[in-house]
Amino acid sequence: MTRVRLPFDWRGFAVPVCLLIAAELAIVLSGYNGASVARPSDIAGGAVEALLDGSMLKATRETLISAGAGLLIGGGIGLVMGVLLGLFPVMYWLFEVPLEAIRPIPSVALIPIVLLIFGLGHWMEISLVAKTSLWPMFFLTHAAVRGVKPRLLEVAKLLRMGLVERVRKIVLPAAAPGIFVGFRLSMGAAMIVAVTVEIAANPLGLGYAMMEAQERLRPDLAFAYLFWVGLVGWGINAGILALQRRLFRVPAQGAAGP
Amino acid sequence: MTVTSIKRPVRPDDAAEAAPVALGFKGVDVVLADKLILAGVDLDVRQGEFMCLIGASGCGKTTLLRLAAGLLPPTKGEVRYLGNPISEPRRDVAVVFQDYGDALLPWRTAAGNVSLVYETMGMPASERKSRIEGVLAKVGLLDHAEKFPAQLSGGMQQRLQIARCLAQEPAVWLMDEPFGALDAMTRHALQDEIMRIVAESGTTVFFVTHDLEEAIYLGDRVVAMKPHPGRVAQTFDVKLARPRDRRLTPEQPEFLRLRRELYDFIEADH
Repeated sequence: MTRVRLPFDWRGFAVPVCLLIAAELAIVLSGYNGASVARPSDIAGGAVEALLDGSMLKATRETLISAGAGLLIGGGIGLVMGVLLGLFPVMYWLFEVPLEAIRPIPSVALIPIVLLIFGLGHWMEISLVAKTSLWPMFFLTHAAVRGVKPRLLEVAKLLRMGLVERVRKIVLPAAAPGIFVGFRLSMGAAMIVAVTVEIAANPLGLGYAMMEAQERLRPDLAFAYLFWVGLVGWGINAGILALQRRLFRVPAQGAAGP
Repeated sequence: MTVTSIKRPVRPDDAAEAAPVALGFKGVDVVLADKLILAGVDLDVRQGEFMCLIGASGCGKTTLLRLAAGLLPPTKGEVRYLGNPISEPRRDVAVVFQDYGDALLPWRTAAGNVSLVYETMGMPASERKSRIEGVLAKVGLLDHAEKFPAQLSGGMQQRLQIARCLAQEPAVWLMDEPFGALDAMTRHALQDEIMRIVAESGTTVFFVTHDLEEAIYLGDRVVAMKPHPGRVAQTFDVKLARPRDRRLTPEQPEFLRLRRELYDFIEADH
């Protein structure tokens, strides 16, 4: 018998599937008939309905646009700042106090401010995602740049590389694994903040879709969106991990003679 | 790697004296973190000379090399290259570090590491390929051009660093204990190779080592330093014929005499 090769490890799904079956059985057997939780089979029905009428994909697109644009802006600023502050300690002295003062402000606490500036819509959400995803990118880039082997920077100096060439050919490649970890953390933060802002204020995307389902007393839909948010996050992370493995594949060890 | 015939002529002593000074240190003091590392160093390295610098660890050998590389300014005194003060690194002065693992770019192949030099020179890509191959061939790495440093042995990685320096077409090699981390067999092969490369190009070499026999085998002159603070203590001329031979040279009375003298010099500290 030939084994069916799945593109992912099926064993990871064993526990969730068992839990879903247990939940279905528990609700059916207990005879529960309220409006706060839904049976997994109803949730699946809600998901199919939302997928077919296009509302789920529309909400997903809205959330991903906000999260993606915010990540791009915030992550980009974090990357540039991380490199500059990592390379020039003077910059670090100059920016340390303002940076440390902004960082502890929760993104959600800024909702009133960005509402005043941008009103409702994509931009208020993008600005909050950017503010949040800047930090992981900045801190990990900064640490990675500071961690570049001094010997490599000396080689750059000896070859008389200019700043741009030094950053492009030495600093960024050497710091890339650390920067990538920052990118993954920023990406996770971006999704969380986007959905949170949608639940709290912005009438867009997956978060708002969940609020709407709750207001319409549709627990099946609310749960369907909840699982969908988890699934989208999982998919993005898996994609990023695959990319990371591809980019930073360690060449096979195995040296030939002297 | 076989030792090909070494064409470097044996220079008569008076000719050596006449060669212009490539690297000149004059009254050099270096203070780092309030500590006097080098004190009053006067040293001339003449063009085409293979100068070996020995001394106990911590006597400032590497600091002297970093001054010559333009990586460190002297606190007092002057360091000159062909008569001009050194204020920054120059492309025709190449540095070979002992820690080849840290000096190579692990994300670039052997060819890519050499290419780096040509890229910073602004050489067009079409021209680079044949140059890279030429340089890799000189150190016997042509068959390993597409391998990453981690896939090469220590000796091959050090060869790669030497190839990258060759790409700079240096007039001066600054070598900081380049073979200190290698096993004896590989070290011997690379010693002969570096002598061949230097003989072919007629470059000046400033070679830091703590291996006395290596210093005598390679050098035209051995300069010995003493620590606390680091200073030049004594100079030994090596009047051994070139090309030098792995088997015969170390058996010559002159080699043995120098070895004895250098050991006595080092022992005097203890």
